[in-house]
Amino acid sequence: MALQLFYAFITVALGLFGAAFYFYGSNLLLDKLFPLTTDSHAKTARNLRITNAIRPWLFLGPALLALGLYLVYPAVDSIRLSFYDRNGEHFVGFSNYTWLLSDAEFWRAFKNNMLWLLIVPALSTFFGLIIAAMTDRIWWGNIAKSLVFMPMAISFVGASIIWKFVYDYRAEGEQIGLLNAVVQFFGGTPEPWITLPFWNNLFLMVILIWIQTGFAMVILSAALRGISEETLEAAVIDGANGMQIFFRIMVPQIWGTIAVVWTTITITVLKVFDIVLAMTNGQWNTQVLANMMYDWMFRGGGDFGRGAAIAVIIMLLVIPIMIWNIRRANQEMEGQ
Amino acid sequence: MVRSKQGKLLNITMQLSVLLLVVIWVVPTFGLLVSSLRDKNQISVNGWWKALTTTEQSLIARTDDLDKQQVIDDKYVLKGKIETTHPISAFGVRSQEPKAFQAGQTADLGNNQSMTVNADGSYSLSSPTAFEAGRGKRIFYTTEVPPRFTLDNYREVLSAQGLGRSFINSLTVAIPSTIIPILVAAYAAYALAWMRFPGRSLIIAMVVGLLVVPLQMSLIPLLRLYNEVGLAKTYLGVWLAHMGFGLPLAIYLLRNYIVGLPKEIMESARVDGATHFNIFQRIVLPLSFPALASFAIFQFLWTWNDLLVAIVFLSSSDDQLVLTARLRAMLGTLGGNWEILTASAFVTIFVPLMVFFGLQRYLVRGMLAGSVK
Repeated sequence: MALQLFYAFITVALGLFGAAFYFYGSNLLLDKLFPLTTDSHAKTARNLRITNAIRPWLFLGPALLALGLYLVYPAVDSIRLSFYDRNGEHFVGFSNYTWLLSDAEFWRAFKNNMLWLLIVPALSTFFGLIIAAMTDRIWWGNIAKSLVFMPMAISFVGASIIWKFVYDYRAEGEQIGLLNAVVQFFGGTPEPWITLPFWNNLFLMVILIWIQTGFAMVILSAALRGISEETLEAAVIDGANGMQIFFRIMVPQIWGTIAVVWTTITITVLKVFDIVLAMTNGQWNTQVLANMMYDWMFRGGGDFGRGAAIAVIIMLLVIPIMIWNIRRANQEMEGQ
Repeated sequence: MVRSKQGKLLNITMQLSVLLLVVIWVVPTFGLLVSSLRDKNQISVNGWWKALTTTEQSLIARTDDLDKQQVIDDKYVLKGKIETTHPISAFGVRSQEPKAFQAGQTADLGNNQSMTVNADGSYSLSSPTAFEAGRGKRIFYTTEVPPRFTLDNYREVLSAQGLGRSFINSLTVAIPSTIIPILVAAYAAYALAWMRFPGRSLIIAMVVGLLVVPLQMSLIPLLRLYNEVGLAKTYLGVWLAHMGFGLPLAIYLLRNYIVGLPKEIMESARVDGATHFNIFQRIVLPLSFPALASFAIFQFLWTWNDLLVAIVFLSSSDDQLVLTARLRAMLGTLGGNWEILTASAFVTIFVPLMVFFGLQRYLVRGMLAGSVK
């Protein structure tokens, strides 16, 4: 046990030392091979050109290698594997995709995912925005923000336990789940929320909304503070009330940030897997694509072809946001 | 005047709404913490919001064997005492009515027989005629258990449930995965921010694109690769995977920060003959500390909280099962044992919560720099 931690620390040391050694050594080597202090001007100029052309790639090398090996190559290979059989050995054409299109579980997962995509980003952004707007104007706002932000630090599995406890249902005896106790208090009948088809999807979404609202709040709060005072003052002088100022003056000025928050949460939603795995493992009609993909990786010894096909579907859903992000980043860079 | 009154009212409603939202946000976690500290018998009896009230516990005992009866004042009497640690509030003689009588009352058993049970557990059974010899009579009684808080659940999960071991495993995964990518990302970020070379904007666009590529796209090819080269089910494999997956955010975040450093410093250093390597080492790296810290916190939280990478690339043996994976397994096997689940969950979220509250400033800063603007 202690040995294992020791091993980890040795790796940290080796990793850091290795990286430092590589960057230092390769730069030194470059400077030695093409020295800038030579006897002729022409030679110096040539060496300067060469080092300037090579050095960026020395700086970028390890990062590009890791990105290529862990993200670019696998993404391409996943697309390839989605046209192969369960072991990735025989080409099977589109049969994994035709299977998907005729699989009832896939369509259920797809519909559930669409529901998640509609609800979670919308509600997280909405709550984030109103909490950001309100906390900016009260004296204990920072404490409130910090507490709403807290779930961001909690793992999806940890959050699942927290909420499973809230949703707990007992067939007999006193209810120990908070939700059922509240329902009972208001005269309702306790229900096993997690197994109630359709509605249980919403109860799982609550967990992600609970986590993501803090993120939305932090980003939107910064954006709200960036709004120019002048526009607000002008609105007040013109007699606008609080609601009008918020919806007509403030929100339009931060549309860009709202879109960023919305898309970022959308990406998170598409990848969400832990919550469904921990709460229901897709039972009671709660399946989503990411969990189904994980399931097929290992189900019955694993079917890599089908798993890869589901991953490609998730990727296809991400691509519009990816293109949008790249465009925005490019626009921003042109300004630099 | 009217305006300020309205303003005050608005402010109070605002404060109340925020308070309500904060309560909703905090209560689930708070309930988990309270429950993890309660006695395990009490957790299953009532909700955690009643943790400070006394709970009732229903128990069954038997009187001594009936042949121990004595004759006192022409009556056949059996006296004895139920061992109880808490005072008895009520008792009964039939299972359908376990709370029929208050402690100290006399219960009529029929046939002129009667029974009294006192709060301290002493009882007496009496009858004008002799009891038939045999086993003692059953007594159903209810005790009042005062609230009890304990660390027993934590002791249980850390040792017997193997959470202590998983804690070490999680640290083993998270620490190298957090530290190793930093230097690699920082050099790349500097090159993308301050060096001019062909293909630069293409690489930046690629990094931005890779930010959103779902992990699911990488899993199967990497698992196949790892199986071939022997990295499957090793910590080394997980460290490298986390490094690869964390790099887009690291590069993007650090580049955004480094590109904003004052141009004059870089240029005057260049004029003085400093190489890019020197500028990076002496100026950029120290100045970028806040951004490096932000990324480190992100990556630590992400690797500590990760479940997917851990269950795909590590085995489920005791020496590789991380906290999240163990927690997930417990949810399957110990579904109703809330004393175990709540304490375990709190153990896993304790470290990230400490990091969160201690370093929140850096986290917020990183989040603002890291979201695609």
